[in-house]
Amino acid sequence: MNTEELVEYFRAQMRTDPDMASAVAAIRTLLEFLKRDKGETIQGLRENLKGATDCLTGVDSSVAVSSGGELFLRFISLTSLEHEDLSRCKKVMEERGELFLEKISMSRTKVAKLCHTFIKDGAKILTHSYSRVVLRVLEKAAAEKKRFSVYVTESQPDSAGRQMADAVRNLKVPVIVVLDAAVGYVLEKVDLVIVGAEGVVESGGIINKIGTYQTAVCSKAHNKPFYVVAESFKFVRLYPLNQQDVPDRFKVSIFPPGALLSLCFLYELFSPQYKADTLRNMSNLSEEHPMIDYTPPSLITLLFTDLGVLTPSAVSDELIKLYL
Amino acid sequence: MAESGVTDGLGNTEDIERSKTEGKQLTKEEKQRLRKEKKQQKKNKEKSDENASHEGEKKKKKKKEEKPVGSASQPPAQPSPKVPAPPAAAVPVPASEAPAPADKPAKSKADLKAERRARQEAERASKGKKGDVGQPAPTGKLKAPPSELQPVVKRLPEHVQVDDGIKTPGCNAAENVKIPLRSDYGYKVSLFSHLHQYSRKAPLTQQLGIPSTVIHPAIVRLGLQYSHGIVAGSNARSVALLHAFKQVIRDYTTPPNEELSRDLVKKLESYINFLHQCRPVSASMGNAIKYIKKEISNIPSQCKEEEAKLKLLSCIERYINENIILAAKAIAKYSIEKISDGDVILVYGCSSLVNHILCEAFEKNRKFRVIVVDSRPRLEGREALRRLVQKGISCTYVLISAVSYILPEVSKVFLGAHALLANGYVMSRVGTSQIALVAKAFNVPVLVCCETYKFCERVQTDSFVSNELDDPDDLIVTRKGQTQLEHWQEVPSLGLLNLVYDVTPPDFVDLVITDLGMIPCTSVPVVLRVKNMDQ
Repeated sequence: MNTEELVEYFRAQMRTDPDMASAVAAIRTLLEFLKRDKGETIQGLRENLKGATDCLTGVDSSVAVSSGGELFLRFISLTSLEHEDLSRCKKVMEERGELFLEKISMSRTKVAKLCHTFIKDGAKILTHSYSRVVLRVLEKAAAEKKRFSVYVTESQPDSAGRQMADAVRNLKVPVIVVLDAAVGYVLEKVDLVIVGAEGVVESGGIINKIGTYQTAVCSKAHNKPFYVVAESFKFVRLYPLNQQDVPDRFKVSIFPPGALLSLCFLYELFSPQYKADTLRNMSNLSEEHPMIDYTPPSLITLLFTDLGVLTPSAVSDELIKLYL
Repeated sequence: MAESGVTDGLGNTEDIERSKTEGKQLTKEEKQRLRKEKKQQKKNKEKSDENASHEGEKKKKKKKEEKPVGSASQPPAQPSPKVPAPPAAAVPVPASEAPAPADKPAKSKADLKAERRARQEAERASKGKKGDVGQPAPTGKLKAPPSELQPVVKRLPEHVQVDDGIKTPGCNAAENVKIPLRSDYGYKVSLFSHLHQYSRKAPLTQQLGIPSTVIHPAIVRLGLQYSHGIVAGSNARSVALLHAFKQVIRDYTTPPNEELSRDLVKKLESYINFLHQCRPVSASMGNAIKYIKKEISNIPSQCKEEEAKLKLLSCIERYINENIILAAKAIAKYSIEKISDGDVILVYGCSSLVNHILCEAFEKNRKFRVIVVDSRPRLEGREALRRLVQKGISCTYVLISAVSYILPEVSKVFLGAHALLANGYVMSRVGTSQIALVAKAFNVPVLVCCETYKFCERVQTDSFVSNELDDPDDLIVTRKGQTQLEHWQEVPSLGLLNLVYDVTPPDFVDLVITDLGMIPCTSVPVVLRVKNMDQ
């Protein structure tokens, strides 16, 4: 399976299920790659998988894809590969891969189950930009017959917030779109803030759409709880010290939208500044506008993951367990 | 070597000091015991000859030092059974044998108390001893164990009682290493009165008599190097300790009817006590000692001596290599990712690890400049400055009083650590927490670099409960021919405080770089857990 097939399969996965996280699509692609791989040795297989992950990161340079790929690789090799026969080993790895995929498909449901209890009746929630995990949480809360209302920030430059508002409206929940600049104004009325994450870093901080950091600082100033919902495959072995320390390759990530329409919109109309290969063309990134920012752990109250409800300092513990 | 000649006068002042602080502790039972002893002593008057009383005085004085030393060395997690565990009151010490109180001609109140203490010390030290030989009769700052009256108080002949220091339990008399206790020097600030303050001009080795020293010369030399500050710095001290232990192991022969695994551990314990007297054992040294003791006790008894010794030597080599040398390489590798071109890096004092990192980064052609912050009285920053400038790194040198002036220019702060405590606090050279605090106020990221062998299970939230006091005379400085503090001892209300360490809370530290990777400060117990699982 060469590069083009890989990318095409990945894009196809994204198209068939717009609700799926890009990392999940990447992992599906890697699993397919594993099945079709014709390598002779396990080392070679591993090298090929790593190459495939890098290739996918080149297409969609979100943090989640690279972390998901690495976790996938670790998970499938975390078994006894003592069989002499390569095909037997491959079978074992494929089974593990399917297991992993199954686990992470359930992760959003697990997160929603954990988080919806924190939404009380009559609550006013503020969220930022478009996140499918947050949507799932709100779905679950609405299904539990809770009455709440939602404020969504517009989240320029791609107005992903409007998309979120449409989706929430479909849940029959009252929703208001606010300007990004109005977050401080609105926070008085709000009871809690829930955001998703593109990546969760070792310090317990998160990488998310630009504007999250501001929201976090404002909510800290107002003493409102700031909750993050994220699946565990988004945990990544980065440790940024400040905004400048986040690697540039993540800053120009394409924020994966859900609807097919927005996908085309982004790629064709908005594309030149925000595509992943911008990095290769542009040299002066200070004139670029990053799509993501880093929120330090001191501003986050709790993280809801499929591994449980964690405080920011527990994230490192989980990461050590996952990676060491 | 000078004869063991601590003056009587000095001993008496110690007695009086002690009686002042512990006058309240004489309970009814103790009085009864003392009365019994008086009777015993009258019987044994014939046996008292030689310099028994001198020994008694010296023992008393040294035992007094020994007690807080014991409690201070407990935190660095030394599993030495010799070290008396609870510093606080009421420790019933079930002594299997009778203690032997000191033979004191004068029966003043202070002396009686001294005797009582001597007996308690003897009981404690004789725990686990095989025969009733060589009972120490020293005294210490022990409070009386309330209900440990010995029904029979056996008296030992005085010449057997010649013991002027800490005893290692489990040894028989022939091997008892007599380690003299160092005396405190000068007035101690009341907040730190539970710590020791020694003078560099009175090294421990002056009190070691030639025949009585059963301490290996490599250890004696090491102790002197520690107490004079010739070997300083956490890594340097650990490596020097391990090299000295290697020499000890090379020269060691198992005595007949003894097992190497048990006997060597005992010997090492007495050496460690000596070293602790010269300069309190650091956390990294404590961990190294724990490792060695474990290795020694794991040697199977059927192993031949030569084989065992070779095995131990290679273990120590490997420990040094893995935990210090290779760890430094790994940490440098991680740190280089955090150093970008155009950085202005602030360092404090002289940390071997931080210097190594900066030199490596410079070799990898990173463009940065360094600001070295220094402080009195050690002025270690000059050494760091020298090393960095030699490599060609452009440096600025400031004193710690100027740190808030220079911080707006700084992009990162790199700090070394003496130890990382289990609650995430960083124990490092005094002044480190100040720098971390100011850096936090300026929003400058603070990175601490520390190898994992320095992680310890102790918990501490302030710098008072356990620290080290250096020689107060170091603070005296002569400027323009005038030495203002020359006669500080004569001013009764004046105390000079020369602290060595302080603790930095984890809120001020952004990142800890270890050989296992980059972790937040709060994840230290996770690493400890992972390491314990590996073992």
